[in-house]
Amino acid sequence: MYGKGIIKGMGVTLKRFIDTYVDDLKRGKKRYHTAEGIAYRSSAEVSGAFTIQYPEEKALLPEEFRFIPFLVYDVEPDGTKKDRCTACGICAKVCPPQCIWIVRATDPQTGKPSPVSVDFYVDVDICMNCGLCAEFCPFDSIKMDHDYEIAVYDRMKYNIYDKEKLSKSASYYASIRPVNYAREEKARAEAEAAKAARKKAV
Amino acid sequence: MSDIAQATTVPTLEERFSGKLIPETRSGYQGYIVKSENLIEVATTLRDELGYDYLSSVTAVDYLPEDILEVVYHFYKSTGGGALVLKVQTPRNASVVSSLTPLFPGAEFQEREVWDLLGVRFDGHPDLRRILTWEGFAGHPLRKDWKEPFYEGDVKPYDSRWPAGHISRAEDNNPFGSNVQYPQGFDPAAWVAEGDDALYRIMKKAEPDSEAEHLGSEQIIVNFGPQHPSTHGVFRMVVSLDGETIVDLKPVMGYLHRNHEKIAERNTFLMNMPFTDRLDYICSMSNNFGYALAVEKLLNIQVPERAEYIRVIMAELTRLSNHMIAIGTLLNDMGAYFTPMLYYLEERELILDIFEAVSGSRMMCNYFRFGGVVRDLPDGILEKIKPLVFDRFPRTIDELDVYLTQNEVVRARCEGVGVLTPDQAIAFSAAGPTLRASGVPYDIRRADPYSIYDRFDFDVVVGYHGDVYDRYLVRMEEMRQSIRIIQQAVNTIPEGPILQGAPKYQFRVPAGEAYGRVEGPKGELGFYVISNGKGNPWRYHVRAPSFINVTPLTEMCRGGKVADAIITLGSIDIVLGETDR
Repeated sequence: MYGKGIIKGMGVTLKRFIDTYVDDLKRGKKRYHTAEGIAYRSSAEVSGAFTIQYPEEKALLPEEFRFIPFLVYDVEPDGTKKDRCTACGICAKVCPPQCIWIVRATDPQTGKPSPVSVDFYVDVDICMNCGLCAEFCPFDSIKMDHDYEIAVYDRMKYNIYDKEKLSKSASYYASIRPVNYAREEKARAEAEAAKAARKKAV
Repeated sequence: MSDIAQATTVPTLEERFSGKLIPETRSGYQGYIVKSENLIEVATTLRDELGYDYLSSVTAVDYLPEDILEVVYHFYKSTGGGALVLKVQTPRNASVVSSLTPLFPGAEFQEREVWDLLGVRFDGHPDLRRILTWEGFAGHPLRKDWKEPFYEGDVKPYDSRWPAGHISRAEDNNPFGSNVQYPQGFDPAAWVAEGDDALYRIMKKAEPDSEAEHLGSEQIIVNFGPQHPSTHGVFRMVVSLDGETIVDLKPVMGYLHRNHEKIAERNTFLMNMPFTDRLDYICSMSNNFGYALAVEKLLNIQVPERAEYIRVIMAELTRLSNHMIAIGTLLNDMGAYFTPMLYYLEERELILDIFEAVSGSRMMCNYFRFGGVVRDLPDGILEKIKPLVFDRFPRTIDELDVYLTQNEVVRARCEGVGVLTPDQAIAFSAAGPTLRASGVPYDIRRADPYSIYDRFDFDVVVGYHGDVYDRYLVRMEEMRQSIRIIQQAVNTIPEGPILQGAPKYQFRVPAGEAYGRVEGPKGELGFYVISNGKGNPWRYHVRAPSFINVTPLTEMCRGGKVADAIITLGSIDIVLGETDR
C-alpha cells in the first residue's frame, strides 16, 4: 500500500510523543531538578525527554572531564601555601598552542635559577583544553579544572590568567578528581618511603 | 622447476617500465621517482594494465635545502592491497608537473590544492585556480620559506614562553592588517571578486537544442552559500541553472581554511594530536587513530593488545556517532526538519558521554598517543558500553529504520538522485560510504587491514545503485556492523598495559616518510608525515575524505534538479573543518 511507510514512521513519532508524557507521569517530580533525575536522563535506560535543563540543572561531569588548567598548592601544617610548581617549564614546552608563560625565579644571592615560579600565565583565549600540560607535569602541579563557566564581558581584560587566579588548593583538586588524587598520593607516599629506606640503608 | 619459476615470474616494475621508474634510495622512503615527462605514460599503464586504478592522495613536499619540490602520488588497487608511491621532482623556482586530472579526475581538487599551497603548476589541468586561499593571497604558504602574519618562530616550543615568560598577545604584536601581504599590484580596497567572474565564465552553457535555447530564456547562476543552512557550514556551490535543471556546478571552499598543515609543521609530533581532533570535529577519535598510525610507522613501535582494543572500540563508536549525524542532517536537508536529527542526537549523546568519561572531552578527545592511548578505561565504563551496544543501539537503530527507510517521501526524494557509477566513483577517488554505495566493496579495514580489524567478524557494506538512497542505506547498515565489532571487542578485551614504554612528549623520530590511513567514518583518512630526524615533522599532509569526496559532486548533480543538489551534498557527508583544513 502506498503511504504505508509514512504511516509506520508516524507511528514511531507518535510512540515517542506519548512516551515523553508517560515517562514524566511515571517518574513524577523526581525526573527533573534532582541528581537522580539528571543521572537517569543521561543513562542508557532513558526514554522520553533526555535534555538537561542548563543552567537550572547541570550535567554530571566524569572525573576525567577537562577544561582549562589550574595550579595546585599544598597547605602546610602551619597554614602557609606551598606551590607544587617548580617552574621546570615542561608544560610550556608541550603546550600545543603555546598559551603558557612561566617566569622562573632566580636566587638573589647566587644568581642561579631557583625552582619556584615568580609568575605563571595562561592565556585562556588560546588554550585548546587538550590536557597535555597536566599529563606530563612530573610534580602533579598543573591539573585540568572542571569549572566551565568562565565567560567574561571583556576578554582583553580578564582572559590572561595569572598565578593568583590559576592557583587552587590540593583539597579542591581532591574534590574534583578523587580517584586521580588518591592514586597520586599513594605513589608519592611510596616514593617517599623508598627514599627514606634508602637513606636508612646508607 | 627453476626454469618454470623464472619463466612465470612477473617482471618487476623497474623492468616493466625500463628505466622510467627509479626506486627510492633515501633511507626511510619507499616507492619510485618518475620524470615528469613520463608520468602520464606510467600512470596510464598502472591504471589500465596493473590495476592501480585508485589515486588516493596527491600532495607535494618542499625540500628547501635540496631546492626541489616533490609531488607525491599514492596509488592503490580498488581490489585491495598496499600502496604504490610515485614521486616527481621539480625545481622550486620553475615547478611544473604534468597533470593527472585527465586520467584520474579525482586529482582535480588535490592538484589545485598543491598549486595553491605549494606553487606547483600542473600542465594540462582544466581549471588550475587557488582552492583554499583567496585571490588576494600572496605566495604559497606551505613552502618552507613562507612565513605567516603571526610568525614567531620556525618550530615550537617558542623561547619566549620559558623561563623568562614575556607574555604578549599575538594580536597586540601584530595588529591585524599591518603585516599581511598581497600579491603585486593587488589593492584589497579596490578589489572586486574577479575570481567569481572567471568562475562564472567557465561554467558550462546549455546545450544548443535544450529547452532554454528553444524558449530563448537565459541561464542563471545561483550561489548557494557560503551562508546557507543546507551546506553544513561555510561552503558555497555556484550552480548554473536552466530552469530547475543544473547545467553545471562548481564547489567553492576554503572559508574555514587555517592551514592546519603549516601549523602542524611548526608543532612537535605530539602537539599535533589535539590539532587532528579539530579536522573533522565529529570524529576526533578516528582522526587521532590515523595520525597515530602514521607516526607509529615512522617510530616503528608496536601497540599493546589492550590499547588496540580500546582504539577499535573508540573508532567504531565514532563511526556510529558520525553516521547518526550524517543521516540526521541528510533528513534535515530533505525537509524533515530536526525531528529525525534529534532522535539520532539522543543516541549520539550517550556515545559522547562515553568519550567524555574516557578522554575528558566530548568532541576534542585527544585520546591516542604514539604506542597506545593516554589512560586506561575508567572503572565501570565497559559496563556502560555493554548495555548500549547489546541492547539500546540495536533496538533504536531498528526503530529508526522503521521510522525512515520505507518512508515514501524519503524514497521518492532519494532514489535515483545523485547517481555515481562504480567507474566514476573509483576515478574520482571517492571514499567511504560514497564509494561503497556505488558498488565498490572497498573498506580499508578489509582491503588493507590495520590495527586488529582482521580479528573481527563484520561485513563490508555495499550498495549497488550509487544514489542518495543507497548512501543512506550503507550508513544504516554500517552502524549495525560497527555495533557488531564493538560487541566482539568489549567481550574479548584483554587486561594489560595501554601504552608502549613510558609516556613521552619528545620523540626521536627517525628520518623517513610514512602514510597512515584509516577507514574513517567519512572515508579514507590518510596522514602523510615526513620526518627529517628532528623534533618536528618536516611535512604533514592530511588526505581529507570530506575534501576529496566533493570532487564528484558536479558529476552527481549535473542534469538533476536544484533541490536534489542539496541532498546530494548532504549524502556525501562533509564536515567543513576537514574540507577546508
